[in-house]
Amino acid sequence: MTANARENILSRLRAIPTHGRYTVPEAPVIAGLALSREERIDRLRRMLEVMHAEVQVVAAREWLGELKTLLRTRALNGLLYAPATPLGAVLEAAWEEGLPPLVPYVEPVEQCRESLFTIDAGITSTRGAIAETGALILWPSVAEPRLMSLTPGLHIAVLEAEAIFNTFAEAIDRQGWLEQGMPTNVLLISGPSKTADIELTLTFGVHGPKELVVFILQ
Amino acid sequence: MAKTEDVAIFERNVAKALGDGQLRRNLRSAMATMSQRRRTLFADTEAFEQLRTLGQSIRRRALSQLPELLEQLEQRCTANGIQVHWAETAAEANAIVLDILRRHGATRVIKGKSMVSEEMHLNHFLEEQGIEALETDLGEYIIQLDGETPSHIIVPAIHKNKDQIAHLFHERIPDAPYTEVVEELNAIARGELREKFRTGDVGVSGVNFAVAETGTLCLVENEGNGRMCTTAPPVHIALMGLEKVVEKLQDVPPLLRLLTGSATGQPITTYFNMITSPRRSGELDGPHEVHLVILDNGRSGIYADPERRTTLQCIRCGACLNHCPIYTRLGGHAYGHVYPGPIGSILTPQLKGLDEAGVMATASTFCGACEEVCPVKIPFTEILRMLRNEAYARDESEHEVQGHGYRYTTVEALSWKSWALYNTSPALARIGAQMLSKFGQHLPMIGPLKEWTRVRTPPPFAPKTLHELAQQRGLDDDR
Ligand code: SF4
Repeated sequence: MTANARENILSRLRAIPTHGRYTVPEAPVIAGLALSREERIDRLRRMLEVMHAEVQVVAAREWLGELKTLLRTRALNGLLYAPATPLGAVLEAAWEEGLPPLVPYVEPVEQCRESLFTIDAGITSTRGAIAETGALILWPSVAEPRLMSLTPGLHIAVLEAEAIFNTFAEAIDRQGWLEQGMPTNVLLISGPSKTADIELTLTFGVHGPKELVVFILQ
Repeated sequence: MAKTEDVAIFERNVAKALGDGQLRRNLRSAMATMSQRRRTLFADTEAFEQLRTLGQSIRRRALSQLPELLEQLEQRCTANGIQVHWAETAAEANAIVLDILRRHGATRVIKGKSMVSEEMHLNHFLEEQGIEALETDLGEYIIQLDGETPSHIIVPAIHKNKDQIAHLFHERIPDAPYTEVVEELNAIARGELREKFRTGDVGVSGVNFAVAETGTLCLVENEGNGRMCTTAPPVHIALMGLEKVVEKLQDVPPLLRLLTGSATGQPITTYFNMITSPRRSGELDGPHEVHLVILDNGRSGIYADPERRTTLQCIRCGACLNHCPIYTRLGGHAYGHVYPGPIGSILTPQLKGLDEAGVMATASTFCGACEEVCPVKIPFTEILRMLRNEAYARDESEHEVQGHGYRYTTVEALSWKSWALYNTSPALARIGAQMLSKFGQHLPMIGPLKEWTRVRTPPPFAPKTLHELAQQRGLDDDR
């Protein structure tokens, strides 16, 4: 049945002469944003904050201190992290008493579903960000799985200031998404999960994280 | 003249919706807010116009090579490990979904928002097969609890206010306390659904854009339920109308901006989810199987006509609904079909045939608001006019919309013939006009006149015709 469906649909579509009556208008070339490095950081921060993300722009050697301060103020049952990433190594080296336990994501979801859905926080790296609309680019991988930025109530993301692009189009281009091939999943994330489905009242924290904290490393 | 059944049903729905004060209040503020947000985001009209032209161009370019792009999409997806299925009808698509579910012994399906699944009446179909299909988008969850269908393509429960939702939750969700606080209602839904996300067998989603170049399925959402449905269960089934394909990855950024901006006035949604394959070797999560169902269900018929084909440019942003004087007074349910508002008015009669849904094309004042806001510049008025004409057209060769001529009646055809005669014969027209000036006030109020004057005062006929006035002013009488 379905083999026929394919042929039938395609041949119906192919059989149609358009007699040049279906015009494709010329695509205007739109100049994207062209901000300086500082402006990009500033714009990204503002856009993310409007979407209720907490953003800290910090010097690269100070961010771990800020992270620890943040974690100490909260009673978290654990921090999910990806041990096989550079970020994971940094965290392991810096971990100490009084912080929520580091919980590695190393088993297939089938074996750890329960704990993934009950852990309070997760920390991930990012592949970059988009200043124009305010969004982080996440590029989950074998080392850093997809659910890390989804199931915990608090998502902490670490971003290198160098990787902030003006626009989405620029990021695709400059990072060579096409050339290197798309991974299983790419995500743009602009804040904690939200909804406005009841009377358009904006509320944060629906099915995804309730909080997003972004460290932008200078 | 007897009314066709669709007209009668529609008129009943309209009367009911207009009489529902609560509904009117709920809609009025919501629609005004959505329009306002959109206006604020696209405040720079010149830049917006440029972006719109770009969006239109991208969608038209994709449609101009639709069969090739669909084949390319299939080929890339298959190479990426996504299993591609084709369905000519909603019934075929349902059967494909059921087959996948059966193979996995699935009984619990979690669903992200998908208008195509509404078009398929998938939930109802699965229910009949004993499979639970749970809507997880908050708005969809609300209406599913109440046994309703979406009244808006972006905010499906917009016809309800929080008091109504408070009662609904309290009554239908075991142990849910009564609360009118939106955050608390939200938390109740979150709690209920979290367990479902953890244990769901199969996730079902729609597709906002499918990129032929890379075989990537793009999903736009705010809540995270879409990510849950496409990431947590072992199997993901994505449903798309065949028009959703775009050519290149670089076509996505402008369309995304147009979509989120037009829909809710957001520069971007919380999540933009790009899926290119099932779980690859070594990866710890994500579905082992991803299926893509490409649905025709009448679309290739729309494709046949170059003017009507523009209908398929739609990116389902809902802006035309929010700005439509008819939709904003009626809400979506009165239309009686899955897609309401201006897009529904042009899409549904073409998908289902004029004889079944032609009345939807009459739900327009021709004010052109939809055309002004549509991010891909669909020429609504042109298409509406065409559909209305076809509703009366009997001739086979010229007319292609299925069900054309369904409203053709001899009385009406005769009336128009007389009208034409009247207007092409100066002597007749003169006599007629004089008669109307003198006796027009005393016309018997019967038939359509009676209907029209039921809630309106008939305006007096002018003592002089427009033609006479023009002559007096010395305007050229050409013809
Ligand atoms: S027709 Fe245009 S305005 Fe309406 S939903 Fe589609 S894209 Fe949006």
